[in-house]
Amino acid sequence: MAISLFGSDESDPYIFMTLTEKILAKKSGRSELKPGEFVLVDVDLGFANDLTGPPAIKEFEKYGDKVFAPEKVALIPDHFTPCKDIDSAGLVRILREFSRKQGISRFYEIGRMGVEHALLPEEGLILPGTIVIGADSHTCTHGALGAFATGVGSTDLAFFLLTGKAWFRVPETIAVEFSGKLPEWVGGKDLILYLISKTGVDGARYKSFEFIGPVVSRLPVDDRFSMCNMAIEAGAKNGIIAPDRITLDYLRQVNPAWVNSHPDFTLNPDSGVVYSKKIEIDVSKLEPFVAAPDLPSNGYPVSQLSDVKLDQVLIGSCTNGRISDLKIAAGILKGKKVAKGLRLIVIPATQKIWQEALKEGYLNTFVESGAAVSTPTCGPCLGGHMGVLAEGEVALATTNRNFVGRMGHPRSKVYLSSAAVAAASAVTGRITHPSVV
Amino acid sequence: MAISIKNMKLKGKTWKFGDNINTDLIIPARYMTAYEAAELGKHCMEDADPEFSKKVQPGDVIIAGENFGCGSSREHAVLALKGAGISAIIAKSFARIFFRNAINTGLPIIESPEAAAAIKEGAEIVIDLTAGQIEDRSENQHFTIKEFPEFLTEIVENGGLLRWATKEKKEPIK
Repeated sequence: MAISLFGSDESDPYIFMTLTEKILAKKSGRSELKPGEFVLVDVDLGFANDLTGPPAIKEFEKYGDKVFAPEKVALIPDHFTPCKDIDSAGLVRILREFSRKQGISRFYEIGRMGVEHALLPEEGLILPGTIVIGADSHTCTHGALGAFATGVGSTDLAFFLLTGKAWFRVPETIAVEFSGKLPEWVGGKDLILYLISKTGVDGARYKSFEFIGPVVSRLPVDDRFSMCNMAIEAGAKNGIIAPDRITLDYLRQVNPAWVNSHPDFTLNPDSGVVYSKKIEIDVSKLEPFVAAPDLPSNGYPVSQLSDVKLDQVLIGSCTNGRISDLKIAAGILKGKKVAKGLRLIVIPATQKIWQEALKEGYLNTFVESGAAVSTPTCGPCLGGHMGVLAEGEVALATTNRNFVGRMGHPRSKVYLSSAAVAAASAVTGRITHPSVV
Repeated sequence: MAISIKNMKLKGKTWKFGDNINTDLIIPARYMTAYEAAELGKHCMEDADPEFSKKVQPGDVIIAGENFGCGSSREHAVLALKGAGISAIIAKSFARIFFRNAINTGLPIIESPEAAAAIKEGAEIVIDLTAGQIEDRSENQHFTIKEFPEFLTEIVENGGLLRWATKEKKEPIK
């Protein structure tokens, strides 16, 4: 893997901008800007969930009584829903009542929702060249569609509710170029786990990841979501992929009106742009990758972890709960049984995905193999509900974080992987290469 | 919970932590149905040290390594620290969402690799935010705080983002 460092050249007669810089410039009314500058931008979409929304609303209500742009707000109760206890029900009620009072139509009840970072693109709300902020760290997922999308706190969200804006310091951009031929069973989740194993959990701190190169250009949209989803786990402010034909094909399905009204839309970094750092990765020799406890950067090729016995496998989340993940998992699990002594939980990320998985027979396959299939929720990913771990238990999950205590007891352990590795491992009871089952 | 840090000196004992102190550790998700500082403070750092919140005295300071506050965007982490009585954090580096949450809620955060490395646990320190100085009275050492971007200082000095936003009627940055 080659890393090269470029500096910015003071003798440049023009400013060459990266994707992130271009979007921040446009939305702050500037023709150009440079890393390090502070900007106040117009936000196109701001959202929060059942945990981050209530504090944002309480803060907003101290200073204002009318949301600046209710049509740009989305509230998605997804972390502790279907409400796991009385307090959680109270949190959702706050979101519900606020939505009603403020005329926020994008409030999603169970049965008509999904985990926020799978739901919002599906609703056609994520568009290239826009600014998306979410009071949830995995908001960076939406860079997959060429938006500047980043996680913010509840107070930031309150500021957006009041003003329609957000403040940012313009980040430097690290280009990550993937080239070579993608081996079988290696996808977006493996690529990002591999990258984070090289950068560490703060190797991209405050920076933007721009994913480029021939491998990314051919990567299906679900894999792009998985990759951008974990940009934050390297400390990055955002991850972004220039919109291309794959992006447009997806947008044609979820927001045809936008595509029709933007027939010539393009958004690319300036050719000749110099990135602050460029990481080159040849994917040809990669294996499916797994992050071991207790950091998302603690990654290994799957074959090196085949001794790890598992108590629970989780397939789902905003990282890998999409239809292509379920298709891969169902393909591996078809006609097989979940290993004795192991629990498999499958959580399709949205209601639509759930329905499609039902139609395609995937849910049947999961149930017949002995899995517990759930309605969409973030639940176990953050140790909330729907599959929390006891002391000493070991889980493999298609989620994005495995810090100490992430999924339950502080003395439980979490490994992170793709859906393919998770499905294969559910069959054997140990961390397993998908080609083995 | 807004405090102005103009002309403010913070004095307290230090609690030392390592690298990558993440938000799941600062406040586990199981407590996140609460969002008031006092309640969250009771469970601050619980999985690292169940007695931490009881041991902390108001005004105490956390000294930490790299990437403090990494992980989730949960502002609950800042509230938990404030609720436990922490008045400031000195770290080698901060994770970005935690950093902005601290600024936005007016919790002083200082990025100083030298101070973070040199100051020990249990030290008596004084942080003079106006003068930009940290004094470690236990080891008799001094550190200069790197100058903070003006825009961010303004937010913290005004007690947080929304206070600043509603106080300043003009556009503070173009």
